Amino acid sequence: MTNLLRQYRQLFLAYVYEFFREPEVMLWTLLFPIAISWILGIAFSGERSQLVNVAWIQQQATTGSFVQKSFSVQSGHTLIKDSNNVSSSIILGSKSEGVIRYRFIPATPKTADVMMKKGEAILIVNDYPDSANFLFDPGNAAAHGAYLQISAALAGKPVQGVSVTKLDVKGLRYIDFFVPGLLAMGIMSSCMWGICFGMIERRSKKLLRRMVATPMKKSAFLASIVTARVILSIFESAVLYLFAWLYFGMQITGSIPALFLTIFAGNLCFAGIAIVLSSRTAKSEVGNGLINMVTLPMSICSGVFFSYHSFPDWIIPIIKAMPLTTLADSVRCIFLEGAGFMDVAPAIALLTGIGVITFSLGVKIFKWY
Amino acid sequence: MIKNTVLEIRQVKKYFKDVKAVDGITINAVEGEFIALLGPNGAGKTTLLEMIEGIQYPDEGEILINGLGWKKHEKELRAILGISLQENHFIDRLTVREVTELFGSFYTLPIGRIDEVLDLVALTEKQGALTKNLSGGQKQRLALGIALLNNPKIILLDEPTTGLDPAARRNIWEILEKLKKDQGITMILTTHYMEEAEYLCERIIILDKGTILAEGSVHELLQQFDLSEKIVFVSDKTVTREMVPDNGLHALTQNENTYTLRIEDISSYLPSFLAAMKEYNIQYSSLECRKMTLDDLFLSLTGRSLND
Repeated sequence: MTNLLRQYRQLFLAYVYEFFREPEVMLWTLLFPIAISWILGIAFSGERSQLVNVAWIQQQATTGSFVQKSFSVQSGHTLIKDSNNVSSSIILGSKSEGVIRYRFIPATPKTADVMMKKGEAILIVNDYPDSANFLFDPGNAAAHGAYLQISAALAGKPVQGVSVTKLDVKGLRYIDFFVPGLLAMGIMSSCMWGICFGMIERRSKKLLRRMVATPMKKSAFLASIVTARVILSIFESAVLYLFAWLYFGMQITGSIPALFLTIFAGNLCFAGIAIVLSSRTAKSEVGNGLINMVTLPMSICSGVFFSYHSFPDWIIPIIKAMPLTTLADSVRCIFLEGAGFMDVAPAIALLTGIGVITFSLGVKIFKWY
Repeated sequence: MIKNTVLEIRQVKKYFKDVKAVDGITINAVEGEFIALLGPNGAGKTTLLEMIEGIQYPDEGEILINGLGWKKHEKELRAILGISLQENHFIDRLTVREVTELFGSFYTLPIGRIDEVLDLVALTEKQGALTKNLSGGQKQRLALGIALLNNPKIILLDEPTTGLDPAARRNIWEILEKLKKDQGITMILTTHYMEEAEYLCERIIILDKGTILAEGSVHELLQQFDLSEKIVFVSDKTVTREMVPDNGLHALTQNENTYTLRIEDISSYLPSFLAAMKEYNIQYSSLECRKMTLDDLFLSLTGRSLND
């Protein structure tokens, strides 16, 4: 037993030293998630003063403009010429609902078409003396919203009995949604790349072969890699959280022990998958492909960057069955919804189960030579 | 004194898809013996060595180390073998000492063994260096040190000096010689450098295409194949056997305008040879006299050079 522990200790230390002695690895695994959360957190926060471009085709400019006329009569606002003396703008909305500046850019049917294709405008207004006709893609939510707001302003009738309250409490911002997802994705990448690549490199350099030509216990070897990776990954998660807490004031509303267990189970799960992926090949290109095959679909679908509820209904059960979704949802639940251990217990059991099964499978088919 | 047999290889075969890598090889090694497996690339040296190391298994035949086979006694055998593979990469970002300690942890070693080994392979001063910064010779010495950690009874070295400069090669040889003298270790090494085989090993086994072509000491091999010394020269005139002296001549061979004389003894033959050339008025160039080497032996056995 002491023998096993001694081997484990040395193998574990070797793995940890290796990690901390590579500045580039440190940079990518620690700073990259912070940078991306910072950029996205900034991009999706702050005052919603947006600009929407409208291609404005004045069909009979000399006779009159329905748009100009209706705005001044109905909303009391007028289209004001911009400093460029070409386009005109109107500002709609309020502080609580967000302020949007609509910029009407004079166009011909032909130039309007080009503007739409280039994404310079999201909707076209055909402006006649007594009416207006809107052209936009109904599947484009922003264009649809712009149409509703502009047409309501043109009609000038505020809807009775409806009011708007601005929502910006902590926990409901984009960054609150994003950081738990990023944390989960960090665990996945850290396990996949960390374990797979290390293993494939050791195999291709014949180091595995050299190691098993000693009385080394294979269990000590595998356990050391998995535990070292889990600890490093928890460290990475902690660094990311620390940043999100200090910079965005993010708080964990649920149980911290439950969060810890969830992260631990997530690590086990992805470590197990990583062992399977790295169990046979000695080529890093193959490893690369295998890792991408597993991680790419999950990174896109599992609700890390955006909610997966906008996917078609039939695919949602599949997405929910993915380990990254399970992990991201559970971490998010603990962060934002105050979940306790019992709420995430099924997820912990599932992740641990996947980890144990894949790990045992990986060890079975593992190629040492 | 009868020495114990420590290694028995009996009719071992290992076939891959389309290659007979090892095709019925039998070797016995006694305690303290240094054996070289000499042969060109693809001769089956590494496959044979890896079967002795228990990394590959023979399709047929048996390998016994100290009377024990790999199937039932893997644990015991791992503990008494020292191995250095052909490619020796250790973990790049670990120091020499850390790598040695890592491998040391796989054995039960007495206190101070790490220092002893680092000293033996002359890496004490380099113990704090990362392994990726070591020179080729230092890497090989580290590999050798790791192979020696457990005080092995038998060491198996796969091309321990390939790619090293002469000085670095000499360093490794000195370490191995010291081991032989001080510890009575048994060693099997593969090499395609015949001078390495000649210098280090009392027994040389020449392999080609998975079989043993010849074996014995350098002296025995050269005697056995009647290949003592030779004279090589180039001439535009035709030289026949009648023109050259007969005292101690084994053979005269011609390859275009290059002639090779295989003779018993250069010192007694050369004067009469030069006199005969003068007599027949034969102009020659690039005259070279030398002792036969294992490379010549290999060439004469297979028609190919060892370094091909």
